[in-house]
Amino acid sequence: MIPELGHFSLILALVLALVQAIVPMIGASRNRIALMAVGRPAAQGQFLAIAFAFGCLTWAFVTSDFSLQLAAVNSHTDTPLIYKITGVWGNHEGSLLLWALSLSLWTVAVTVFSRNLPDAFMARVLGVLGWISAGFLSFTLVTSNPFDRLLPAVAQGRDLNPLLQDAGMIIHPPLLYMGYVGFSVAFAFAIAALLSGRMDAAWARWSRPWTTVAWVFLTAGIAVGSGWAYYELGWGGWWFWDPVENASFMPWLLGTALIHSLAVTEKRGAFRSWTILLAISAFSLSLLGTFLVRSGVITSVHAFATDPRRGLFILALLVVVIGVSLTLFAWRAPKLSGGGSFGLVSRDATLLGNNVLLAVATGSVLLGTLYPLFLDALNLGKISVGPPYFEAVFVPLMTPVVVLMVLGPFVRWKGDGLGRVLRPLLPVMVASIAIGLGVAFAVGHVTVRTVLGLVLASWVLLGSAQLLASRFAERRGASAAAVLRGIPAAWWGMWLAHAGIGIFIIGATMAGSLHERLDVKMQPGQTAQLAGYTFTFRGVADAPGPNYDAARATIDVARSGIPVATLQPEKRFYVAQQMPMTEASIDIGPFRDVYVNLGDRLDDGSWVVGLFYKPFISWVWLGCLLMAVGGVFAASDRRYRRLAEREVPAGAARRTT
Amino acid sequence: MKPRSKRLLLVAGAVALLVGAVALVLNAFQQNLVFFHTPTEVAEGKAPVGRAFRIGGMVETGSIRRAADGVTVQFAITDTAKVIPVSYKGSLPDLFSEGKGAVVQGTLGPDGQFQASEVLAKHDENYMPPEAQHAVDQAKKAAQTVAQ
Repeated sequence: MIPELGHFSLILALVLALVQAIVPMIGASRNRIALMAVGRPAAQGQFLAIAFAFGCLTWAFVTSDFSLQLAAVNSHTDTPLIYKITGVWGNHEGSLLLWALSLSLWTVAVTVFSRNLPDAFMARVLGVLGWISAGFLSFTLVTSNPFDRLLPAVAQGRDLNPLLQDAGMIIHPPLLYMGYVGFSVAFAFAIAALLSGRMDAAWARWSRPWTTVAWVFLTAGIAVGSGWAYYELGWGGWWFWDPVENASFMPWLLGTALIHSLAVTEKRGAFRSWTILLAISAFSLSLLGTFLVRSGVITSVHAFATDPRRGLFILALLVVVIGVSLTLFAWRAPKLSGGGSFGLVSRDATLLGNNVLLAVATGSVLLGTLYPLFLDALNLGKISVGPPYFEAVFVPLMTPVVVLMVLGPFVRWKGDGLGRVLRPLLPVMVASIAIGLGVAFAVGHVTVRTVLGLVLASWVLLGSAQLLASRFAERRGASAAAVLRGIPAAWWGMWLAHAGIGIFIIGATMAGSLHERLDVKMQPGQTAQLAGYTFTFRGVADAPGPNYDAARATIDVARSGIPVATLQPEKRFYVAQQMPMTEASIDIGPFRDVYVNLGDRLDDGSWVVGLFYKPFISWVWLGCLLMAVGGVFAASDRRYRRLAEREVPAGAARRTT
Repeated sequence: MKPRSKRLLLVAGAVALLVGAVALVLNAFQQNLVFFHTPTEVAEGKAPVGRAFRIGGMVETGSIRRAADGVTVQFAITDTAKVIPVSYKGSLPDLFSEGKGAVVQGTLGPDGQFQASEVLAKHDENYMPPEAQHAVDQAKKAAQTVAQ
């Protein structure tokens, strides 16, 4: 009964989505307030309907209702409660429902927090979001109904894929989807602006906090996913340039460009058509990501059983979204004037440079991700494009981005003198080159990659310190507290996010260059050496879990005779899925991780053990955390609320046609 | 600077960037594309020597052997028509087992032994890597053609 209620509720949500898609749009074009006002309740009702459907599905999982196909395939009575709940979205149908849920959540958030938007603009934003939602809900209902019954019911479920039974997977998909889907708000704002012909600074200001919040979710989602891959896949890598990872990384890159481009559009009225194009592209890449992940067209380390037929539907949706929005863009964009002019040495120019570079980098990732698909589709052979390609292209493209990133905040809008800009930065430049070379020599790893990474990281971090110092220099005489209080939240956001990039580069460089690995056969009592650490294998004991059997090894780690940690990696065997799983054990430290996994048992009673030394690896995620926190600061700036209020009475952009 | 010459400079800069990026991409493609070959193609000598490529197929039943160090593994990969011996040093993926699909990446030695640097199996017990499936399908198709 409850699944049927959920199914009905989902159909109701589709009807409400269509109402939200059509009625306010008509109202906006005919200037009928009554019709425009339908959008808000329709969106809120739709959210309740989807949330109810989601609740029904969750209920079926929690109560182990195996007459529901989805629960029977993805759950088990012995599955721990938390994984029964996350099992709801650990599959195709459920994850689409999560997609729809987060879209409706964003829509409701817009109706609640952007109350001050002009009625016609709000109506169009809701209309666009309604169309997207209608597309996804019909996709869910037609091709991937999560409420399909399994009759007769089975006595026991098949359990959730063991790889997904992990703490990281509890929050990774919701965060990632909130990020992906969040760009739909920026997209809707852009389309509404094109429709209304209102593409001014006010539009950019309304759109900015939404875009930043979506970016924060995406950043956090990608970081958590990468952390999951690091400890759960058991090979100690954190980024594989896998198509599914690229699928989330491409919207992130363009989203980063969009955030900065919106800043220029708001402050200087420039880059208007570029900003709109970026908003359209970022959301299109989010849809492409959904297509890549959900269609099964790619070979990926993350490719769980998928269904190619469904891919066609998302592909059609993607073509419609891109086609319609680009047509609209082509029709409206010529009306946009260029905005204010600027000199070659100006903040506008640095931001333009970085925008173009980020877009080109996104293009190169897109090419590497899709090229094998094209070749395969045209029957020209099967190939794969691995990490070496992406590293060879991405690092050279990102190097100037990082250089410009530090320059940007020192340069004035519109035009500036090169001498004035470089004066505080010359010592930073010299120091970072010296530090980069010095550290590379000190750790005995003088390669182009290591030196480049260390120089860039020092450049970012010292540059950030210098930027803060220049804030003090500007207000000489004021107390330190007064200076710090006087800095707006948005500035702190920028500062933190940029410093986060520096921290991230340190982590990626050091872990990439200096990691060590040893696969070794061990018997109880034997020791092995790696990177100055002594690993003593104490033996293996049984450690049964709720829905798996496990062999748990105990390995003591010591350095110069002093005990550091006792690690207990496991080799699990999930009973219902008949699937083995390696559960790594990690001693996390501020400057290094010691990582151990347990391989196969050999006939003579010994075990294969994988030992890893990963210097500075946690800085990768610390950097991402700083970026996300920076985003939160930026979005919370009082300016948005205050200016929005002041601007609104003048929001006379209602079309009078 | 006049606005016109400034615009010209910007356009020139953008073009230079684009040309640089394209050169970078092509160069990286040239060096880093990994082609896929079926065991039959490898046996027929169609695979490159000294350059990395991928083979997909099934791990032949009864072929997995461990060397004395416990870490080096020998196995054979087959598309049901031809069998290619593979040597690999390191930990194997959880779902790697005999009779199951796998994809290996590495280089072909002069002795016909494939030195794998990477072994890929899948996350899901019921899921066959597309390349492995492709190799088996090709071999079956060839066998049918011969039978006719």
